[in-house]
Amino acid sequence: MLVHHFLEHSAARAPDKVGLICADQRLTYAQLEAQANQLAQALLARGVQAGDRVAVWLPNSVESVVAIFAILKAGGVFTVINPTTKPAKLAYILNHCAASALFAPARAAAEIAGLLDAVPSLHTVVACGGAPAGGDARWVGFSDLLAAYPPDRPRGRTIDIDLACLVYTSGSTGEPKGVMSTHANMVFAASSIIEYLQNTVDDIVIDVLPLSFDYGLYQLLMVFKFSGTLVLERSFAYPAAILKRIEQERVTGLPGVPTVFAMLLQMDLSKFDLSSIRYLTNTAAALPVQHIQRLRAAFPWARLYSMYGLTECKRTLYLPPEELDRRPGSVGIAIPGTEVWLEDETGARLGPRETGELVIRGSHVMQGYWNDPAETAKRYRPGHYPAERLLYSGDLFWMDEEGFLYFVARKDDIIKTRGEKVAPKEVETVIYQLAGVAEAAVVGVPDPLLGQAIKAVIVCEPGHTLTEQEVLHHCRQRLEDFMVPKLVEFRDSLPTTASGKVQRSALK
Amino acid sequence: MEIEGQIRRYVLESFLFTTDDTRLDSRASFLEEGVIDSTGVLELVAFVEETFGIEVGDEEILPENFDSVVKLAAFVKAKLDGRSA
Repeated sequence: MLVHHFLEHSAARAPDKVGLICADQRLTYAQLEAQANQLAQALLARGVQAGDRVAVWLPNSVESVVAIFAILKAGGVFTVINPTTKPAKLAYILNHCAASALFAPARAAAEIAGLLDAVPSLHTVVACGGAPAGGDARWVGFSDLLAAYPPDRPRGRTIDIDLACLVYTSGSTGEPKGVMSTHANMVFAASSIIEYLQNTVDDIVIDVLPLSFDYGLYQLLMVFKFSGTLVLERSFAYPAAILKRIEQERVTGLPGVPTVFAMLLQMDLSKFDLSSIRYLTNTAAALPVQHIQRLRAAFPWARLYSMYGLTECKRTLYLPPEELDRRPGSVGIAIPGTEVWLEDETGARLGPRETGELVIRGSHVMQGYWNDPAETAKRYRPGHYPAERLLYSGDLFWMDEEGFLYFVARKDDIIKTRGEKVAPKEVETVIYQLAGVAEAAVVGVPDPLLGQAIKAVIVCEPGHTLTEQEVLHHCRQRLEDFMVPKLVEFRDSLPTTASGKVQRSALK
Repeated sequence: MEIEGQIRRYVLESFLFTTDDTRLDSRASFLEEGVIDSTGVLELVAFVEETFGIEVGDEEILPENFDSVVKLAAFVKAKLDGRSA
């Protein structure tokens, strides 16, 4: 099975069912399938080749959903890029994967013109939500393309060991890394998650997470696989609007990250009828036990899943909801059809109550990082059989006597804020570009809403003074929203360890 | 106008980190234009509650009230008028 078969099978099985609700648009599976076919024909006609990378730089929208499936149907590899990614980083990613086409908002005309100059591989930019600026043949409109091609399904040329997707994540080197997933990886991961969530055709899932985030993306893939309905939202910025939506659409599944649930718990939920909710899921960072208890009290009729995962294998662990009261601090056991264990520094397997690195084995272990064998070799190591690779998570856990796992810490300095991974190096690199900065270090500090808030500690060059506003303004023009520091502190020097490295623990 | 001016200044300084008045279109959607992010709305709520002495109910935190300088100014003005009436 291939990822785009999810849509094709649902269109065959339930053509008239509404598969996607987004703002005031409601699309049936037959309509989605027809649009994806038209767009796939258009991509093929414009020269997208098998295995070509095609990027989707859009907010959550009907266009982004249709684009993802059209790219796959055309034999391409999609990568969804956060819509708040700034042009310089976007150009880096597009060049890194040598993208041949890009979906972008029509209103970003100035940025697109710059990208067409900066990215030689780009032969097509599909402008969404408006007409493309004239004068450049590479620039075409989404609706013009749909109108120009028939809704015939292109002849398939993909097999399941081909790549389906790249997910770019913040890398510890400061440059983003593209996790490579095959169709087989994604079909397996989606199936395993559907199995433990016990999803059925009657599930209506609300997705408030960006499709650039694998957790947000898989909501779409899973719903289309089990022929449910996806309610796709731009964001969780207006929680009351989301709760109204849940009430109106009788939503059954609410996937969130700790920030989403912290915002929900600040509200008076009694004003909304949320009785349709069958399950809540949390991942990306642990929910405080106190929030678990309050969520259980607010949604006594719903199942709450605590989960853990990393983009490099999508999802890793889940806690069966019936275990939640007995071990609220655990993120559970390996997802169905996979295996995990803990190892110490020497590679020896550990028993209960010993802390070690989580190692992951299964068909969800992705292919490594695009064009980055050195980083790939650090995380993905040889497995039991010749073609197999194990994933070393970089996260420390311990296990209780019954095999349930508890997160302890990361082995590196990666910050988790609002559920997103941020490499300090990436933010530091940007701060160093600011004139007057002698030294900079970025750390995560505890924050009740964000999990961790990003804090920048800066030493100015002699004779220079900088203000917090100057630093933040600079960062905001270059970094995604979630990477912009919340706190800026100026110091005369940075504390160092005996070996001369910045002592990050002393900056928090 | 004064309400709108105060909101503009706050958004420019707190979200765009600038005093350059040309950087913000009062009618533009905060979310569409990427002016504020998803947790920024809560900061905006706290700002108007504190600055204008109004109370904002959870159910009022909606795009139609908060998603541009003009919308937010109209919302604040309506709250203030309603209170004095």
